[in-house]
Amino acid sequence: MQSLVARSALKRTPAVRTFASSAARLQATPSEKPVLNKEFKIYRWNPDTPAEKPTLQSYTLDLNQCGPMVLDALIKIKNEMDPTLTFRRSCREGICGSCAMNINGQNTLACLCRIDRNPSKDSKIYPLPHMYIVKDLVPDLTLFYKQYKSIEPYLKNDNVPEGREFLQSVEDRKKLDGMYECILCACCSTSCPSYWWNQDEYLGPATLMAAYRWMADSRDAYKAQRMERLQNEMSLYRCHTIFNCARTCPKGLNPAQAIAKIKLELAAD
Amino acid sequence: MNSSRALGLGPVFRQAAVASRTSRDRRLTYTSLFDRNIQTQSLPPSAAEKILNEQRLKRPSSPHFTIYQPQLTWLGSIANRITGAGLSTLMYAYFIAYLAAPETFASANVIELVGSMPDIVKYAGKTILAAPFAFHSLNGLRHLSWDLTKFITLKGAYSSGYAVLGATAIGTVALVLM
Repeated sequence: MQSLVARSALKRTPAVRTFASSAARLQATPSEKPVLNKEFKIYRWNPDTPAEKPTLQSYTLDLNQCGPMVLDALIKIKNEMDPTLTFRRSCREGICGSCAMNINGQNTLACLCRIDRNPSKDSKIYPLPHMYIVKDLVPDLTLFYKQYKSIEPYLKNDNVPEGREFLQSVEDRKKLDGMYECILCACCSTSCPSYWWNQDEYLGPATLMAAYRWMADSRDAYKAQRMERLQNEMSLYRCHTIFNCARTCPKGLNPAQAIAKIKLELAAD
Repeated sequence: MNSSRALGLGPVFRQAAVASRTSRDRRLTYTSLFDRNIQTQSLPPSAAEKILNEQRLKRPSSPHFTIYQPQLTWLGSIANRITGAGLSTLMYAYFIAYLAAPETFASANVIELVGSMPDIVKYAGKTILAAPFAFHSLNGLRHLSWDLTKFITLKGAYSSGYAVLGATAIGTVALVLM
């Protein structure tokens, strides 16, 4: 085992170097980093003891022994301090949308959010706002997914060309940019005050942008029906252009713009 | 499989895991725990829905506006609501009062009443009326432009927001000095 490691290390070292310098000199000297303690206050609620009110639990971490992102801190806490801390995470690079949570008052992905290295200020971590909590930082997204399903987020066309690709002009394809990138992390919808108060009927920014993504697609043949379904008081028009959605989107997308375009098209209809 | 078993081991796991530091220790504790102490309750798969629904009833709602970062976006929107509601309430209150007692609330009487007040009350009153009016009117223009998909970017929202705030300040001063 050891010889294997040594051989592979030799292989990677450039030949010139092996002659000129000793192996010891190649190794980086471990630098003693000062302790940089930072307090994290994390929302806790346990379904095993449902009568107990949710609380903020405090954890102190040495930032110099921790990765740069909030997700690194959460994983470190879970691994080394408190294995009961519960949160969703998967890709750790901002493409799965699992670790969406409210960090220092803003909804974002923990894996894309750098830890504020100011040790005098604590970091507060809450689950996504105004959602039912399954445990700790895990919200129940059942309704969110149901709403997404309700807009039929797939291509609907009865005359799909057979045996060849379904072509689209460069301009038409461009219309989908800024919408198809959505990863459905629910940051925008749960930042929206209208969604907080009316999420039983209002679809919310994420779902509405997905709806417009299919309305704007030149290959989709059901635009009229898609528009018809939004033509009521609640589904779409609870949006008051507050802009929290665009402000918070960790992917830099603009649901507010998509919703304004739907409104304009419905008004012109 | 999992849903048909109700595990009641939460507290035991927690203590065991916190107590033992090295991962090997922890694994040992876990396995021995599994061998000795675990108690499972056999439930049919159809019971899963009931357990889930019971849990759902007890779930708390996470905090929202109390913890959300104050931002120009939603504070501006709330201000628009409050000023709009306040101004409309005032308008309806005055008109209904006028309907009820046209003599008391006639323009001449109102002018006379205001004229008899000290300057400081006049200016304070005018500011209280002028600031919401200026803000609500100007922010209304901002909303109209958004509905035409103008300034409908994050940058546009912020620059137009600050522009409205600045113009509100100027407009309020102008209206008060009028």
